[in-house]
Amino acid sequence: MIETEDLVEAPPQNPVEPYLRTDRLPHIWCPGCGIGTSLNCFVRALIESKEDLDRLAVVSGIGCSGRVAGYVAFDSFHTTHGRAVPFATGLKLANPALKVVVYSGDGDLFAIGGNHIIHAARRNVDIKVICVNNFLYAMTGGQSGPTTPPSSITTTSPYGGFEPAFNLPHLMDAAGAVYVARWTTFHVRQLTRAMIEILHKPGFCFIEVLSPCPTLYERRNKLGDGLDTMKYYKEKSKIRHGAPTSEVALDKRGEIIVGKFVDRNRPEYLELMRAQHRAQLGDRFVEAPACLCD
Amino acid sequence: MRADPRGVLTGVHFMDGDHACCEGALAAGARFAAGYPITPSTEVVERFAARIPTIGGVFIQMEDELAASIAILGAVWAGAKAFTVTSGPGFSLMMEHVGLAVMTETPCVIVNVQRGGPSTGLPTLPAQGDMMQARWGSHGDYEIIALSPNSPQECFDLTVRAFNLAEKYRTPVMFMMDEVVGHMTEKVVIPPAEEIEVYPRRYTRKSPGEYKPFEPCEDLVPEMVRAGTGYRFHITGVTHDERGYPLINPEAQDKLVRRLKEKIRRAAGELAFYEEEGTDAADVIVVSYGITSRVAQRAIDLARAKGIRVGKLRLITIWPFPDEKIRELARRTGAFVVPELNLGQIVREVERAAAGAARTYAVPHAGGTVHRPEQILSVIEEAAR
Repeated sequence: MIETEDLVEAPPQNPVEPYLRTDRLPHIWCPGCGIGTSLNCFVRALIESKEDLDRLAVVSGIGCSGRVAGYVAFDSFHTTHGRAVPFATGLKLANPALKVVVYSGDGDLFAIGGNHIIHAARRNVDIKVICVNNFLYAMTGGQSGPTTPPSSITTTSPYGGFEPAFNLPHLMDAAGAVYVARWTTFHVRQLTRAMIEILHKPGFCFIEVLSPCPTLYERRNKLGDGLDTMKYYKEKSKIRHGAPTSEVALDKRGEIIVGKFVDRNRPEYLELMRAQHRAQLGDRFVEAPACLCD
Repeated sequence: MRADPRGVLTGVHFMDGDHACCEGALAAGARFAAGYPITPSTEVVERFAARIPTIGGVFIQMEDELAASIAILGAVWAGAKAFTVTSGPGFSLMMEHVGLAVMTETPCVIVNVQRGGPSTGLPTLPAQGDMMQARWGSHGDYEIIALSPNSPQECFDLTVRAFNLAEKYRTPVMFMMDEVVGHMTEKVVIPPAEEIEVYPRRYTRKSPGEYKPFEPCEDLVPEMVRAGTGYRFHITGVTHDERGYPLINPEAQDKLVRRLKEKIRRAAGELAFYEEEGTDAADVIVVSYGITSRVAQRAIDLARAKGIRVGKLRLITIWPFPDEKIRELARRTGAFVVPELNLGQIVREVERAAAGAARTYAVPHAGGTVHRPEQILSVIEEAAR
């Protein structure tokens, strides 16, 4: 017989709970989806990073991953489709003391938002971009996008896709990001560590997080469920830190090169702006206040 | 509160409308601008780019107008006063973020130095063809504030006012210039900072525990916070409740959209700025705005010389449309004559507000130049018969 005392002991609270808007749960993500896993890594990274979370701002666009901003208990902005990066740019430049993280999906950041992300990387704006790549548009029911591997079945490629896909790390490397990494939702420890690294690294940082979409991608392509995808990530991922980003393109169920590909230093936007203006204007230069609200 | 003197170029200047608009923004406290080059508006941000490093602030030239129009919203939520500047084609791209600014009640100013359209149209020549776009350009149902200056002096004065109204009502304000007003050089008097009234942001005094980002005050406008101050707030373009949380149902939609519209509608009286002259015993009243009002003045003078009793109503506020004023004038005049550099936009509003109490005559012009005074005069004569 079970003693009453054995039942009343409350289970230990999940350490990430205080950082989530638990009054908004349950979330919208499907069973087997990787977005929640990536969010768990993110919150654990925040805890370990010892960052001042009152100064953290999370910005999302539109889509399943775009819902992240709505679930985190920080200053958080759910913006328009594709425009999280320029919103984050304005936020960061007007108050450089903020730590600004863009959390969004592959379609949002690289199709409709593609122009913005390459320019933010070029400028080296001090924002951190976490891109959950589930290989299609999930929120709208599973349409193909710029990361969909050729031959994949989606609702808008019913006979299999034929468009070549973007290699996101290569694109971000070429555009000038100072940190570029790729992990999958199987690699929770490595992903968490990478997130801590970008929180501490100045400049435009980018992490691609491969995530299952069992409802729309795996199911339509007869690739099993979320667990099968985890097994695939485990078996076919190869860690190659420093791999040339031109060599890390993905294909449908082929080998996945993961790791930290780029980690370099370049002056960030505001540093360049101040230096140029100070050099040209001399005594006439007036430093922007720490926050433009002052 | 009074203007920050660092942004106020006090003195008497010989300045064009675009530059005066920039000075107005600086006087109003704008310390962040994002832009994308487009004729005939570029001089505004060119001046901002030159001036802001000597004042303390940020200008960024973005990759397109979509980016410029949302970068300013980010800057506002960081605590800055911010604006962007464009012309027709860019204005079309910015419509997405007019909607986001309305929905998230983000105070900002969007300047449109109008040129001929549709599409690329007449890049270097004037028009007033975006007046309805300023009202209805973003999707969904909303109200907006739009002002229209007719001189470089007003480009200064009304830009300050546009920022103040944006803060007071927590809404984007459209500043509807035109190519001629933008490029016309005249005397501009910039008063001392202590004579410039600046409306402060409506920051809450509530603690993070008590504060709800979209809980309206008595005037239906909620109090604001900024990022990084411990409130850990959420804003979204999705229909939301007072906490700012997405809530997708007809009740939440009705409550939110009605309030967003009503906060502007109920203030329509105090928002109705205009210049009125000689309307008391007028058989005809010319209703105009922007550069067209200055051509209309000549037509009014010519008509009066011919013995026609003509009044003048120059609209400064275009949106919300001053229905009450038109209604009142319609009761005591025979006809309205409405010249504008489009083929009939604001004239429809005049006709609607007059509701048959007075006749309404358009003086359409497709743009590219201004009217000839005689074109307006001949319609005044027709209306007076």
